Amino acid sequence: MRIYATAGIALKALRRNPMRAMLTTLGIVIGVGAVIAMMEIGAGASTALKKSIASMGANVLVIRPGTASSGGVSFGAGTSTTLTPEDCQAILRECPAIRNGAPMVRARAQVVYGNRNWIPNAIYGTTPAYLDVQDWNILAEGEPFTDRDVLNSNRVCILGQTLARELFEGVSPVGKEIRIQNISFRVIGVLSLKGANMMGHDQDDVILAPWTTIKYRVTGTSLATAQSTGSTSDTVNTLSNLYPAAQPSLYPERSSVQQTDNPMPVRFANIDWIMAAANSSQEIPLAIKQISEVLRERHRIRPEEPEDFNIRDMAELTATLSTTTTLMTNLLLAVAMISLVVGGVGIMNIMLVSVTERTREIGLRMAVGARGRDILRQFLVEAVVLCLTGGAMGIVLGHGGSQLVRLVLGWPVQTSPAAIATAVLVSAGVGIIFGFYPAWKASRLDPIEALRYE
Amino acid sequence: MELITLHGIEKTYQMGDISVPVLKGISLAIRQGELVALTGSSGSGKSTLMNILGCLDRPTAGEYWLEGQETSLLTADERALLRNRKLGFVFQSFNLLARTSAIENVAMPLSYSVEDLSSSETRKRAAEMLGRVGLGDRLNHYPSQLSGGQQQRVAIARALINHPPVLFADEPTGNLDSRTSEEVLQMFEQLNAEDGITIIMVTHDPKVAGHAKQIIRIEDGLIQDDAATDGPTPQTSGDAQ
Repeated sequence: MRIYATAGIALKALRRNPMRAMLTTLGIVIGVGAVIAMMEIGAGASTALKKSIASMGANVLVIRPGTASSGGVSFGAGTSTTLTPEDCQAILRECPAIRNGAPMVRARAQVVYGNRNWIPNAIYGTTPAYLDVQDWNILAEGEPFTDRDVLNSNRVCILGQTLARELFEGVSPVGKEIRIQNISFRVIGVLSLKGANMMGHDQDDVILAPWTTIKYRVTGTSLATAQSTGSTSDTVNTLSNLYPAAQPSLYPERSSVQQTDNPMPVRFANIDWIMAAANSSQEIPLAIKQISEVLRERHRIRPEEPEDFNIRDMAELTATLSTTTTLMTNLLLAVAMISLVVGGVGIMNIMLVSVTERTREIGLRMAVGARGRDILRQFLVEAVVLCLTGGAMGIVLGHGGSQLVRLVLGWPVQTSPAAIATAVLVSAGVGIIFGFYPAWKASRLDPIEALRYE
Repeated sequence: MELITLHGIEKTYQMGDISVPVLKGISLAIRQGELVALTGSSGSGKSTLMNILGCLDRPTAGEYWLEGQETSLLTADERALLRNRKLGFVFQSFNLLARTSAIENVAMPLSYSVEDLSSSETRKRAAEMLGRVGLGDRLNHYPSQLSGGQQQRVAIARALINHPPVLFADEPTGNLDSRTSEEVLQMFEQLNAEDGITIIMVTHDPKVAGHAKQIIRIEDGLIQDDAATDGPTPQTSGDAQ
């Protein structure tokens, strides 16, 4: 028998009892609707969750210079002075897996405003890209410094919340002048609250400023000054100093006022570390590979030589991220399965009732020449039609529901075509699986018994 | 020509350990164009014989030849095909599909036939058939809107839609009053006379049996009496063994 004829018979049979067909479908409608709504709300929540974990720095890579060593004594990670701001630019330029990156210089110094002072956890010299790397783009107040500020080593800074509270006590710090080691900085912005990081450090106890300003004006350890300090004459000559005769300075030493006013431009400036953000947590291994290729080439490291830098990722955070996402997906899947199974049992129940109720009809159809498989197909198609109709209605209902949630509660939702396709397939599958037993039962009826059935 | 030939048909039902013989060796022959009434008291086995003749059931032993084809060994699917092509059924309780129009009821067997008919052709044939039973103006009526006699005529149209050579009627007038019974029986006689359709009726009503050309009485699983009625010449003989 032709398939469309079977479909026609099934549809006619369903039309004969529209109320029951509708109620049967309701189970699937609710099941599929719940699945779609769950999937959409869940996908939105999962994305939001991923984003918030990512904002903790899950995608951030830290590139530190390697160890310096002298005479077989190594001084530990971060002591070699081989990492430069140009390295950071090269990474941004040549590593497609990197979203953004910023050079970092760190200082620790006293900050003074009026009669109050504070030593922040860290004074970071960086570029505006740092805010993007750390997902810290939204400022509480004011605006971030610009690349031009970095180029000109302008004395501007952004304060963390803790610092703003300690120094200004509720007064807006924007536009005020603070002093860091007697260098005056204008506060142009206040960072939003971030809280403690995973190690318990207060991330709001921080000042951000252009790295050039911190490097040349505050820490003052540019190469030029580093060389010149070797020749100061006020060092105490002790017995332990084996070679006291240091090289005499070629140029007259500049006073600290001169140095502050005119930081000597240097050919080669080293930075303390580079922070780079990968596009996604999946791309972190790729990003590490790309960065180490770029840096090996720039630092002229032969293949057999060890790297003079090391790259670290937030492996723990990344692991958390992936477990959370998997957990979320599995949870949603479990809920979805339960609703669909309940819907499917409803279909099976009604189909069984329907087979019993239509025993005489089945007998009649067999008497006029329907084979067992025709009857099987008819009831199977009925169940599948019910499920597919229910599935379609459920998709509309679920999608509408999730949109309602988005509008009313403001939850993030994400339409997922995969979920819709799955729902269609699964509802057809439920129809076949749960429709099969009643249909098989119908096809096995004895026509004589069925015709005599009251 | 012998349309139906039975040779020593036996049917035994197995009820647990006890076997209950219902038909104990029936042999008969029915020619084409006959109008036969199968009668007998209840429990005599006439319904079982009807089921076997209608290819709804298989005999335990014996041969059943229908139009030169031995059917007692066919599979269920082959018998379904045979029923669809060669046999028509009319039941006591009409067995029309509820909430389904007369024309769709009549067209129903066509969806199981091997012929591949378009839906318009299907409707045409069903309408034609309903016209022949005098219901050409009731095509889209539902069974609940038809009288008992009309319902039975819809059932007859349905039984004839595939132009079967044999029509089985199981107590066709059991649910009808005497006037409509008469109508239905006249329709049988007409079909038998004009189209040469062989009709086999099961009935216990002597008045209904009186319309038949031949009456076969079954008692206790055996043919008791095989008499030609007021038909002009007895065309068929069946013997009890």
